[in-house]
Amino acid sequence: MTALRTGRTPSRFGSARLAAKSAPYGFVAPTAILLIALMVVPIILVIGYSVSDGAITTKNASFAGLTNYITLLTDPEFWNAALNTLVFTVSSVVAHLLIGLGFSLMLNSKLIGAVPRAVFRVIYILPWLFTAAIIAVLWRLLLDPQGVINYLLQSVHLTGSPIAWFGDPSSALLAVTVMNIWAGYPFFMISLLAGLQGVPADLYEAARVDGASGFQQFLNVTLPQLRPIIISMAMLDVLWTTQQFALIWLTTGGGPISVTEMLSTVTYKLAFTGFDFSAASASAVIVLVFSLIVAVFYVRSQRSES
Amino acid sequence: MATITTTRKNARATDARTDGPAKGGGSGAAAITVHRAPRKIGLRLGLLLGLLAGAVFAGFPVFWMLISSFKTNTEIFAYPPQIITQGFSFDAYLAVLNDPEEIRFFINSYIVALSVTALTVLFAIMAAYAFSRYEFRGKRVMNVIIIGTQAVPPIALIIPFFGLMVTLGLYNTYAGLILTYIVFTLPYAIIMMTAYFNTLPKELDEAVKVDGAGAWTALWRILVPISVPGIVSVAVYTFMISWNEYLFALTLTRTNDLRTVPVGIQLLIGQNSYEWNQMMAISIMGSIPVLLLFLIFQRYFIGGLTSGSVKS
Repeated sequence: MTALRTGRTPSRFGSARLAAKSAPYGFVAPTAILLIALMVVPIILVIGYSVSDGAITTKNASFAGLTNYITLLTDPEFWNAALNTLVFTVSSVVAHLLIGLGFSLMLNSKLIGAVPRAVFRVIYILPWLFTAAIIAVLWRLLLDPQGVINYLLQSVHLTGSPIAWFGDPSSALLAVTVMNIWAGYPFFMISLLAGLQGVPADLYEAARVDGASGFQQFLNVTLPQLRPIIISMAMLDVLWTTQQFALIWLTTGGGPISVTEMLSTVTYKLAFTGFDFSAASASAVIVLVFSLIVAVFYVRSQRSES
Repeated sequence: MATITTTRKNARATDARTDGPAKGGGSGAAAITVHRAPRKIGLRLGLLLGLLAGAVFAGFPVFWMLISSFKTNTEIFAYPPQIITQGFSFDAYLAVLNDPEEIRFFINSYIVALSVTALTVLFAIMAAYAFSRYEFRGKRVMNVIIIGTQAVPPIALIIPFFGLMVTLGLYNTYAGLILTYIVFTLPYAIIMMTAYFNTLPKELDEAVKVDGAGAWTALWRILVPISVPGIVSVAVYTFMISWNEYLFALTLTRTNDLRTVPVGIQLLIGQNSYEWNQMMAISIMGSIPVLLLFLIFQRYFIGGLTSGSVKS
């Protein structure tokens, strides 16, 4: 719109019009160059690697067709990782949503003063401010067999003997999931809190006039109003959680006996410990395709809202 | 839980109603008035307990990290675990500060994060200006790429990035890491910045342009100075992302003189095999920049973040 208007005013001067027309390209040039060179090109590259043999490691990689995909998709280890990723993602996202919603409702309450509310909000956001590498090291300390969580569980007799949470095949997936839940709910909470503050007060007023109880107001006013945020946050969270790498890599490394192996750790190991960059690329492309499918739904949900 | 948020108003509203037309549910209204006060105290108590339980869940691990950083290594696994240790010891911090290798991790993190922040902010301001004020050919395509980029998993890009950086001679350099991070921070920064510019009336910068100034001048003289809150939120976001990044920092660097704090912590695990107090000390020190930025700028930051990520 602006371009049209500025273009019309100095219509006597061809060069000014040209400048106005080319101006936006100057402004987006750095972004466009970077995104093409380091986003579009790498995506093409990884797809290319995935249908080749000996990518990166050999000078002239040969075309391999879908061999890498077939090998991968017939490998039970890959399906094990996919299943683990599914369990890890679904439980994380559900817990993130529930904790985020619970915390945001508590923080939005008018029953507490502004100061305690600010203090609790900062405490609740804390986990989100730490890098995954630090969270991983911290939880290794907390969940150590001799660590404080085992001590607490034993002192309330929830467990008889100390548990090696990350080392025991029966508890490792639970342990990484709990750690991921702790690390990831705050972004949900912040978004839902912003959403709660945006719910028009007269909707509650109207519900109250109709005699709705608090719980009914929550069901019929709060939840529907938060729906768009919940849907988009859930989709973003699915994207992020399926890609979680650092937390797993730095606690269990996918073990013990592959119970915490994820698509991300499988991909990384294929590439950087097995140096099979072609197979790793095929695995990466599978993750990419899944992510893009979720992203299409995300963009659609955003569009329908606006 | 919504009960909690609305009870105060609720109470007022029902009180107002009861003295007037108490026709419909006279007895019900009366019952409510009787129970009002104790119920409200109960609610408040329940809320407080909930808040405290939440604070323990969120805060205890962080508290334990802080406590452990002041313990000696033997005290860390003392049984039963001690909250207050005998000697409040700074040894772990001193050990980190006296290790040139670990100081190097911090310097590297600052070099990378600050460069990424400066460049991302610059490019995002420029691109957001074009997106907010112009219609141009290719705008839709770029828009799709920018939104789509956020869905591209880092793990899917790590392999081609490794290949590219080796080919371009940028493997194990600051430049390689900085360029990488910009690509990941820039799209969201542009979305946030465009949302911010869209809130500013177009007349502001158009007025200057009518006076004969170019778009560049209008952007930097008029829009940028009044967009400081938006720019701050973009900068804080970018700094946090690049300070905390792990996967690319791990993969695109090889030597310790280029490694950042998150990778450095991992090295510490390997080298000193469980110097827990040192690991907690470097974790605290490595989190301080982000914690401080967040505490100082949280108002701007949360606003910018939520306006960019979720349309509600």
